[in-house]
Amino acid sequence: MNQHKKQQSHPLDGLLRTDRIPHIWCPGCGIGTAFSSCLIAMKESGIDLKKTVMVSGIGCSGRGAGYANLDSYHTTHGRAIPFATGMKLANPELNVVVFSGDGDLFAIGGNHFIHAARRNVDLTIVCVNNFNYGMTGGQVAATTPLGAKTTTTPVGNPEPAFNLPLLAYASGATYVARWTILHTRDLTDCIEEAFLRRGFSFIEVLAPCPVNYGRRNKEKPLDTLRIYQEQTIIKNDAHPSELDIDFNRGVILGKFVDVERPTCSERYDDTCRPKELLEEEKAA
Amino acid sequence: MEKRKMLTGNYAAAHGARLARVEVVPVYPITPQTHIMEKMAAFVESGELDAEFVPVESEHSAMAVAIAAQATGARTFTASSAQGLVYMHENLFVASGLRLPVVMAMVNRTIGPPTTICPDLGDSLDQRDTGWIQIYTESAQEAHDMIIQAYRVGEDERVLLPVGICFEGMIISHYMEPVEILDQEKVDLFLPPYRPEHVILDPDRPMSVHQLVLDDSYYTEYRYQQQVAMEAAKGVIREVDEVFGEAFGRRYGGLISTEMMEDAEVALLTLGSMASTARAVVNQLRKDEGIPIGLVKLRVFRPFPDAELRESLSNLKAVAVLERDVSIGAGGAVYLELAHCLRKRHDSPLLTNYIIGLGGRDVTFEEIKDIALNLFEERDAEVMTNPIRWYQVRGL
Repeated sequence: MNQHKKQQSHPLDGLLRTDRIPHIWCPGCGIGTAFSSCLIAMKESGIDLKKTVMVSGIGCSGRGAGYANLDSYHTTHGRAIPFATGMKLANPELNVVVFSGDGDLFAIGGNHFIHAARRNVDLTIVCVNNFNYGMTGGQVAATTPLGAKTTTTPVGNPEPAFNLPLLAYASGATYVARWTILHTRDLTDCIEEAFLRRGFSFIEVLAPCPVNYGRRNKEKPLDTLRIYQEQTIIKNDAHPSELDIDFNRGVILGKFVDVERPTCSERYDDTCRPKELLEEEKAA
Repeated sequence: MEKRKMLTGNYAAAHGARLARVEVVPVYPITPQTHIMEKMAAFVESGELDAEFVPVESEHSAMAVAIAAQATGARTFTASSAQGLVYMHENLFVASGLRLPVVMAMVNRTIGPPTTICPDLGDSLDQRDTGWIQIYTESAQEAHDMIIQAYRVGEDERVLLPVGICFEGMIISHYMEPVEILDQEKVDLFLPPYRPEHVILDPDRPMSVHQLVLDDSYYTEYRYQQQVAMEAAKGVIREVDEVFGEAFGRRYGGLISTEMMEDAEVALLTLGSMASTARAVVNQLRKDEGIPIGLVKLRVFRPFPDAELRESLSNLKAVAVLERDVSIGAGGAVYLELAHCLRKRHDSPLLTNYIIGLGGRDVTFEEIKDIALNLFEERDAEVMTNPIRWYQVRGL
């Protein structure tokens, strides 16, 4: 009996709301791998999980918060970062993780991303980039590569995509990395490192969406992984301006930014709060 | 030639917009509206529609683009639902305030939390005060026809207001039914091109719109003009329904449509897809049980058809308003307005309000029949006790 139970368990069961499983992600979807990496990193980093909160927006990746056995919040579309900001500023000892998708964080919520990075709010942002709006059936997004087919660009996307690490860097993020879900170990290590950094950390995770994106772009699920293996170049410290996504040319992965800068709360305390009050707080 | 096809409500609405020869389509995906967006993109890319399709980054931007495009004289179409429609809210006032007759398919979906993709009318009824004409439809065909009528109503110079064509997500948006797709040549005759004079951003004729009025010189007058336009829209909606009927052979009755009301003592009043179930109930009660009951389908919520409702409901003994929405702390949005319009009249019927079908909960034939029978029993009461009734709450 015990043996049987053991076989049924999963190493991350403690961090999963198992009553919410099976999840909604499609076969071949990369979000599950990104989500596991995030939970493993959380566990291994040794951060206090009782003081860790996961926030998501809307979309397939946005389901993440609902599956994590933490204090978690599923916000309105695009508002994961402002919600996380409020949490972190009100309760600075919390570890606040945003787990959401490219559509949520960079289209409808794009403004919040650049401002949180500018302020250097101490948050870890894990963005699963599957190049389209998967939840609603595969429409063109701000991350869809030029020329790619989606349900709303049947003959090809006429618009260029965001280079997300460049956007993060330019906005002031202090930690920026990009991996694919095939590079699970590097991805997990980077997320773990980001948890332990102070400041605004951003990790882009490239992930397949075979049902909506792959199918329309004649990319079978395994082909996508093969592309992730063969058409990527690991180049830590690459300049963010080199990071446009074009798999024909090769996509650069790695850790690109890792710097120190006073956080939003630190600057606020320094500038706006009376010294005596801070000392009193410290003493307490 | 008209073509008859099996279509979802979403595709029927998209065909309506195509036939109206819309020129700019800014839209952001949201269930259950997304198929409209996809179909419009397909029409543009296949060349069936000569328009700019703009895959904007949010609903707020969709309405901003729609307003700007319409202000340059382009006929504009968009679609949204639930949170997306609510997110547009600020700009809905702008479209109406600038008197830009944008047309939007408002595919009804419940507002969260808790999040659901199923329908109720809370999202569009929440836009009540934005100055948009709101028309509720019962079928894919009606959605198709009304998108085309909406442009003619909104662009009429007596009106010049934006129009929302509302239909319930899933129930109408996703189920297929036979739809007659109108003939382009006939639609062209029915709906001439949009040629605005009142607001037109044209470099050859500079015009500044949306100015500050810090000196209280004309804000009130501006709003009053919108009210006058809404009042005028009542006649225009009836007129357009007539002209449409002559051209295409289908009339919807204008602001409300009534059935079996001649000798009715009681009536059900509802809107949207529930009208179909209510009609079946009324038919059965008339035929099998001889109950003198009628049906009033509210087609237009803004402008509110007060005169029509007074005329058809006066002299009835009792009316039950069935609606998939609630103004929390008061009652159903339609009931509240109806109560206001029937106030202080000696011949006003007793009113009850059934809050039903919220969050997409199914509303069955049996449930409506139960409500109808209850209404008939109560018809001679002195007053309606507890008139606002949450019919389907479990565990009470």
